[in-house]
Amino acid sequence: MATTTTTAPEVNTARGSLLATIRAHWVLVAVLALWLLAIVGGKAGLISNYTFLQFNLAIMYAIAVLGLNLLTGFNGQISLGHGAFLAIGGYVTAVLMARFGWPYWATLPAAALFCFVVGYLFGLPALRLEGHYLALATFALAIAVPQLLKYKHIEDLTGGVQGINLRRVRAPFDLPLTPDQWMFCVVLAVAVIMFWLARNLLTSRTGRALMAIRDHSMAANTMGINLAQYKATTFGISALYTGVAGALYALISEGVAPDSFRLELSITLLVGMVVGGIASLPGAVIGGVFVQVIEKYSDAVARKIGASLHLPIDIEPWTIYGIVLIALVYLMPTGIAGGLATLRGYVKKRRVGTPEGQ
Amino acid sequence: MEQLIQQVASGLANGAIYACLALALVMIFVSTDHINFAQGELAMFSAFMCWQLLELAVPFWIALPAVVLISFVLGVIIERVILRPLHDAPVLSIVVVFIGLLTIFHSMAGGIWGHTIKAFPSPFPKIAFPGSAYFGPHQVGMILVTMLLLVGLFAFFRLTPLGLAMRAAAQNPASARLVGVRVDWMLALGWGLAAAIGAVAGTLVAPVVYLEPNMMSSILLYGFAGALIGGITSPGGAVAGGFIVGVLENLIAFLGDITERATGFYIIGNGEKLTVALIIVITVLTLKPSGLFGDVSVKRV
Amino acid sequence: MTALLEVEGLRAFYGQTQALHDVSFSLEPGGITTLLGANGAGKTTTLRAICSMVHAEGAIRFDGQPIRGKATEEIVRLGVGHVPEGRGTFTNLSVDENLRVAAYTRRDKTAIERDRDMVYEYFPILKARLAQQAGTLSGGEQQMLAISRALMLAPRLMLLDEPSFGLAPLIVQEIFRIMRRINGEAKVSMLLVEQNAALALELADHAYVLETGRVVMSGKASDVKSDEAIRKSYLGY
Repeated sequence: MATTTTTAPEVNTARGSLLATIRAHWVLVAVLALWLLAIVGGKAGLISNYTFLQFNLAIMYAIAVLGLNLLTGFNGQISLGHGAFLAIGGYVTAVLMARFGWPYWATLPAAALFCFVVGYLFGLPALRLEGHYLALATFALAIAVPQLLKYKHIEDLTGGVQGINLRRVRAPFDLPLTPDQWMFCVVLAVAVIMFWLARNLLTSRTGRALMAIRDHSMAANTMGINLAQYKATTFGISALYTGVAGALYALISEGVAPDSFRLELSITLLVGMVVGGIASLPGAVIGGVFVQVIEKYSDAVARKIGASLHLPIDIEPWTIYGIVLIALVYLMPTGIAGGLATLRGYVKKRRVGTPEGQ
Repeated sequence: MEQLIQQVASGLANGAIYACLALALVMIFVSTDHINFAQGELAMFSAFMCWQLLELAVPFWIALPAVVLISFVLGVIIERVILRPLHDAPVLSIVVVFIGLLTIFHSMAGGIWGHTIKAFPSPFPKIAFPGSAYFGPHQVGMILVTMLLLVGLFAFFRLTPLGLAMRAAAQNPASARLVGVRVDWMLALGWGLAAAIGAVAGTLVAPVVYLEPNMMSSILLYGFAGALIGGITSPGGAVAGGFIVGVLENLIAFLGDITERATGFYIIGNGEKLTVALIIVITVLTLKPSGLFGDVSVKRV
Repeated sequence: MTALLEVEGLRAFYGQTQALHDVSFSLEPGGITTLLGANGAGKTTTLRAICSMVHAEGAIRFDGQPIRGKATEEIVRLGVGHVPEGRGTFTNLSVDENLRVAAYTRRDKTAIERDRDMVYEYFPILKARLAQQAGTLSGGEQQMLAISRALMLAPRLMLLDEPSFGLAPLIVQEIFRIMRRINGEAKVSMLLVEQNAALALELADHAYVLETGRVVMSGKASDVKSDEAIRKSYLGY
């Protein structure tokens, strides 16, 4: 490999280091490439606006699932109510834009901050709750959310049962992009930043503390990790992430309404996390895509399954969700990402395990 | 004053349903340490099955026991087939399975019977009786059937050998095995009973809230609130808690109504009942997880 | 005469750790055998392995029937009464309910009544405390209750795990006296695990000494008792 040729060494190292950089940040490069492809495809009329809408929703869900995963997958606190944070983030954005005239991009950090605070405050009493007790508390939250949003006293702000309608977000500076294409750029950029931040968080000392708390909280406590601080903060960060997704959801859907945020939504996020893979960043992406694909095609898939099984009843998409959930817990508890990782490890082992000198 | 009594009466009637659900939740929790998130949807599914039988001209007082029996078997099957193998699995896996069951039953009800709201006939005769100024016949029926059910269960657990064996298995499975009790089957029976109780609750409440797949999710929340107030480890407490929640939510709405009429200021009303339940759940969990009558379990380091 | 209990090549595991290595012994019907040894020698593990409460390999036969791998409750139903370490009291049930649940698997009401009377004869204090919640009994009383629960099974073999643990000497004497009576009168064979070797050797006919999961010594209790070298090196007195 180490062949020295007559080419100038500086050129060699320059090319070498470019390749190395690309390999090190291959995810970013891949995302950039895909983004370019998408935009070009869109401009060429190959990818419809509707498809961009699907992309946007999938990426939004990926961020939401990442939020849930940070709390449940990496920190071990079960939440069945993360739809609440989607709601809060969405409503913050909608209220700021519709009632106070804020520009859409400014509402994102506002939603993030507000949700962090709410999440942290919710996390404080939730500290003492373990396992199914916390699941119960968050389950209760999920059921009550639509009613909370319809509360009379905040009706002026929230728009009551009707909710709030938002105008479409258009590309700035007269860029030649349709609103859906522009949203695609926004959502993708936000996702890249948030995933990058999450990766840094998880590989840092804080991240290791998070996972230590998940794996054995008592041991973590005796090692000096301040459980209360970490758990509440993790709740806050998790809420922040899903809240940002909520803000994006409001922008993509051009509005919010209380009945968009029912129990089903929290369950959807749970499904996304479990299918994609618990405690896995790529898992969140897979989960987000899965959720969006199923949401879009579930009726068709369900009908096909029902038809092929010749059943006299309609197979509902949520029945498939439920069966998938249970099947995954049995067969692939680490989700698709975990399954892929196991597969990769298996392949590697087979490649490396060739006997030498035989 | 008359309105107040009406509110309390109606609260007791609703409370009967919450008490049933709370009892079912406690039974499963005490024997398996699991929270049955799917309890509401199972009860709703049972109510639909009853409706189906009624549509086939089966008389109510035959349809109900039949559905109770079917639900019992269903509960046993769920425990043995789906939950037993996950005995040692992490809490998250088990919670996910419960949510899976929830969605399956919820959507299957819609898939089999459709999502349109259906009227469910009340089996109780519409006759006048003393006190009918405050209680409707169905409400009396709800309370009566619930009380009968509870007395029956109490007798079963306190007085019969099987009931005793189930209590022993729930409290101390290891020692129960050492006296020859087949603990695994006791757990399955517990699930069967919980499903049966849920079937009664679902069938009783259907005439009031109308039959549709979404009918039980809020009621389940009230059931949780009742179970937690009473103490999630105490069956008697759960029942008391259910009635307390039923009356409390009506009283709070009533008070809010009075306040609004007196001061013109709306604080709380019928639209906030779920929120009240949520506040109850979170408050009890944070301040006194063992509820009024439950056992305090100490997690020692 | 077939041995009542035969253990051959027993290996037991707690997860990855092997706690018993090739333990073999047998028990004739009618006698009292004791398993002795220091803490961690594997005495309790042996009893638990017999009742399938811990993962085990090897052969275990009860009255000629192989029982290893059977479920605990099935082994109990064959006639093995286990008085566990820590008493195993149903703390939230009354004393009466503790005794009633122990007779759960039996059908013969007259025999159950008779055994109840026998229990009251051995442990009159239990009769006095019938309605009391079992968790409020003293340590000695709970030990008596635990033995009574095993008796209510009408077992042929009783496994006793450290019955003297945490009890005052006077109570222990009382309990051991009654154990001798039970063995003689009710014809219940016993396998006794004890830390207190002196006491156990007084009661037992045969003794096995365990050390780090292996049988290192076996013989008549009287021989072991009189062998000072054995006592000093394995039993610490």
